[in-house]
Amino acid sequence: MAEKMAMAKAINESLRRALDTDPKVLVMGEDVGKLGGVFRVTDGLQKDFGESRVIDTPLAESGIVGTAIGLALRGYRPVVEIQFDGFVFPAYDQIVTQLAKMHARSLGKVKMPVVVRIPYGGGIGAVEHHSESPEALFAHVAGLKIVSPSNASDAYWMMQQAIQSDDPVIYFEPKRRYWDKGEVDFEAIPAPLHKAQVVREGTDLTLAAYGPMVKLCQEVAAAAAEEGKSLEVLDLRSVSPLDFDAVQASVEKTRRLVVVHEAPVFFGSGAEIAARITERCFYHLEAPVLRVGGYHAPYPPARLEEEYLPDLDRVLDAVDRSLAY
Amino acid sequence: MTVESSAARKPRRSAAGKAGTTGSKTGTTGDTTGATGTKRTTRTARSTAKKSADTQLVQLLTPEGKRVKNAEYDAYVAGITPEELRGLYRDMVLTRRFDAEATALQRQGELGLWASLLGQEAAQIGSGRATREDDYVFPTYREHGVAWCRGVDPTNLLGMFRGVNNGGWDPNGNNFHLYTIVIGSQTLHATGYAMGVAKDGADSAVIAYFGDGASSQGDVAESFTFGAVYNAPVVFFCQNNQWAISEPTEKQTRVPLYQRAQGYGFPGVRVDGNDVLACLAVTKWALERARNGEGPTLVEAFTYRMGAHTTSDDPTRYRGDEERLAWEAKDPILRLRRYLEASNHTDEGFFSELEAESEALGKRVREAVRAMPDPDHFAIFENVYADGHALVDEERAQFAAYQASFADEGGH
Repeated sequence: MAEKMAMAKAINESLRRALDTDPKVLVMGEDVGKLGGVFRVTDGLQKDFGESRVIDTPLAESGIVGTAIGLALRGYRPVVEIQFDGFVFPAYDQIVTQLAKMHARSLGKVKMPVVVRIPYGGGIGAVEHHSESPEALFAHVAGLKIVSPSNASDAYWMMQQAIQSDDPVIYFEPKRRYWDKGEVDFEAIPAPLHKAQVVREGTDLTLAAYGPMVKLCQEVAAAAAEEGKSLEVLDLRSVSPLDFDAVQASVEKTRRLVVVHEAPVFFGSGAEIAARITERCFYHLEAPVLRVGGYHAPYPPARLEEEYLPDLDRVLDAVDRSLAY
Repeated sequence: MTVESSAARKPRRSAAGKAGTTGSKTGTTGDTTGATGTKRTTRTARSTAKKSADTQLVQLLTPEGKRVKNAEYDAYVAGITPEELRGLYRDMVLTRRFDAEATALQRQGELGLWASLLGQEAAQIGSGRATREDDYVFPTYREHGVAWCRGVDPTNLLGMFRGVNNGGWDPNGNNFHLYTIVIGSQTLHATGYAMGVAKDGADSAVIAYFGDGASSQGDVAESFTFGAVYNAPVVFFCQNNQWAISEPTEKQTRVPLYQRAQGYGFPGVRVDGNDVLACLAVTKWALERARNGEGPTLVEAFTYRMGAHTTSDDPTRYRGDEERLAWEAKDPILRLRRYLEASNHTDEGFFSELEAESEALGKRVREAVRAMPDPDHFAIFENVYADGHALVDEERAQFAAYQASFADEGGH
């Protein structure tokens, strides 16, 4: 049974299914109950599953993650919402020093099946701290898994898989794609959570992206096709672990790679991809791996964000520079 | 409100150069905190705390070992038998002996570090013995006495201090969570766990240990908020041992810590932390409240860290002998011994047998530590994830190849 729905609704349906099938699953966060979350991703869940399962928490992010850890120790599978990307930092300590390390610290005796949902990224004209892309700050931490869906179907299935994971998963939701609709097949057999997917085949250059930038890269590939350039688009889907085999396979074919993300380029996931692909594909590459992303500056006020965010022309410019080698 | 002291807001002399470590550490306005202002603040807070301690401290055994009546808490130790009293004494003596052995092992190079509980035996044994088997304990890294009460083998605690693991005992084996080093983090874990207990409809209780230093952490404040809002069955057990490494409690708070509970909407009690009976009674009361659905309690066990913060610390740099001597007179073990002897609950045989048992424990711990093997090199990559991770697999393989490259040279 398939249905066309917005990504926000797909996540909602996925949470609903998890709450329905596993009594240990909890949804918790600020305003997730009665309001249904500021983006309405948890809309109606408290009404159907009650205040004990869908929990409006105090306004304290460290408390949300810290108590989720305790609930996980008790056998629950909490899915917590951090309201916006820029508000995760009070919880950063709990995520990095406790959530990520508990399994190793206990020599595997304690599991941490906690999902931390973070609506992230820009492009919605928001005020400060509401448009950031902090995924690299989490990818650096062993013990965490980091994923970001780019479409409704992946949003649904990757949430199912994240909740079933016995490891903590940071689930980055591209908030500017929340209302993009896509087909969701509720009986599909989903691809493995941490595998990348080729979403457009090409021969001249690979564009690698995840989350909000996948759609942009598809638009870039369509524009480039009009100019006779064949671009392959790879939806990485998972930042940690990152499917380097898929990137390598694509680059061995196209010999050129441009990585696109909203996060600042400096020490971003593109840097890690560039380094590893240079090691793996040194003799295949016709050009250095290029990156398109945010600048080494605070995320700008909304009136400037179009200049800061990668867009069609900036990615095409990088494509041209790569092809010029 | 007494908190609104004028001292903190008094205009300070511009003494940026003189501020020293105290000023720069304590205040957000550290660059202008003059030495004079700091001293005044300290004195005010100290006298407030003293006064309050005298009037509010729950005590069942005086330092001289005299049993004093307490209308509120006597009931919780009313049925205690001489055997149980001897048991508490034994627990404290063995814990102190284990602790001393660990300190010695650090001095001998067998442990990298040790955080001694010397002086806090009553707070830990009293509260630890108040817990039920199905209760769950969230310790800091100094709860060796509580671990003892929970039945965790003391040698298990030493792995992390020897550097062979970062914990490693099964928390669910004794409902005793792993030692938590980041200050205060575990109070949130305890609160979340307690929320889960309530969801399960169980009547178990949870106890979170932390110290006076941790009381300044945001996580502790957030755990109070969550605990109160969800009426979680959790006891917040603060061992105020007067020192957070070199900083006295006055650097953490302007009000007695137990009073903080009031602002969150649950009771707070200050108990004589060197009185094992009082600690037992008050903790039993608090755990009972939790079981009865009455929500959290803050217990402040007023005690003293007789030793250094850890074996890496040098207390002579920041505190004098007089203070220690004053607290030695209130020693938790001595006072119970006086009580036991005065009540004719013991004979010489009991003490000599315990002495032998202590020495045997010391020997067992010593031998166990010396026999503790270094972990396998590949332990680095183990248990990083429950479900595995491609990068960890790749790096493990690289590491194996690198290690194997030495084997070719006839090495190890």
